[in-house]
Amino acid sequence: MIADDKDVLRDVWFGRIPTCFTLYQDEVTEREAEPFYLLLPRVSYLTLVTDKVKKHFLKVMKAEDVEEIWFEYEGTPLKWHYPIGLLFDLHASNTSLPWSITVHFKNFPERDLLHCPCNSVIEAHFMSSIKEADALKHKSQVINDMQKKDHKQLWMGLQNDKFDQFWAINRKLMEYPTEEGGFRYIPFRIYLTMSDRPFIQKLFRPISPDGHTHTLGDLLKEVYPVAIANEAKRYQVVIHGIEPLLETPLQWLSEHLSHPDNFLHISVIPAPSD
Amino acid sequence: MSDNAESPTETQKCDPSTTQQPTEDSGTTDEKKKIDVLLKAVGDTPIMKTKKWSVEKGRTVQSLSQFISRFLKMEPNEQLFIYVNQSFSPSPDQEVGVLFECFGSDGKLVLHYCKSQAWG
Repeated sequence: MIADDKDVLRDVWFGRIPTCFTLYQDEVTEREAEPFYLLLPRVSYLTLVTDKVKKHFLKVMKAEDVEEIWFEYEGTPLKWHYPIGLLFDLHASNTSLPWSITVHFKNFPERDLLHCPCNSVIEAHFMSSIKEADALKHKSQVINDMQKKDHKQLWMGLQNDKFDQFWAINRKLMEYPTEEGGFRYIPFRIYLTMSDRPFIQKLFRPISPDGHTHTLGDLLKEVYPVAIANEAKRYQVVIHGIEPLLETPLQWLSEHLSHPDNFLHISVIPAPSD
Repeated sequence: MSDNAESPTETQKCDPSTTQQPTEDSGTTDEKKKIDVLLKAVGDTPIMKTKKWSVEKGRTVQSLSQFISRFLKMEPNEQLFIYVNQSFSPSPDQEVGVLFECFGSDGKLVLHYCKSQAWG
């Protein structure tokens, strides 16, 4: 990996979204709840980094008025098990900052959100994603060869925002035999705002059978051609808040723009009308 | 892990409570919409006499898991873990059709289920 590429990993890891948390208007409080401002790490999870937000609002609320916390943006409940950056790209890309999130302590939307009673639920979800990704990349060989403490280090790295700690282990998950030119399959998920389906996930190799390097454009052409079909650009294809060139090799994207869960999360959103 | 003697597999509709749809048994459209799922118990989790089920692709892991819990008459406070490839638990909102496409083999998706955490 060349030096410039390593900077990309840092830029991705330290990406932040300025956010303003406001208490939902119908929540019962003893005095007025001031909004709370926070820089949210793109690669983390909402319920993992919002302890301060919760504490802030609990100060003005009675214990009996408090149930499980959940977050909403403009009427859409935010799934804590999606990385924060993905939630922003998918639902709020073209709005002005800070990102305005509404905080709820009542009426948990059972149909839309998974419960998150404690951090070990986030850890289990995160580790499962990594294992699924490695099943695609290396038939689970790399993750299975690791020790329990290595798995723990991946999680602790994310939880404590320690880039070096995380990447000391994660780099092993990014290796592949040179002669194969890439992973077995690229772990990716494509999210569409206009769809009822949660996301598209398929088997897709980084190299074509005749040895050509597959690009982001090739992937979209194969699994969701509508995203790039029209001359008049109707959609934006966004990863970590940017629109990568469609000519970018998929293997490179997988190694550099994947989230810590080892998946490349790709948002296809309507292009803003001028 | 106890892999019990295979009872003769039979394909059944996954959720007995759903009403029959007109297209249910009429060939190609049905095949496209449904996949075969093989459910295997791990450890001392009760086995299901019927192991092979025909499941709609768009059905989520969560809804499949609720079906198994009901089928095994589990208590509401008991947890059920589902595993793919005997290695990871898919996200509850994942569609079984996606799992089938990525991790299915021999025309079916094998899922292990367990009342306690079996793998990592």
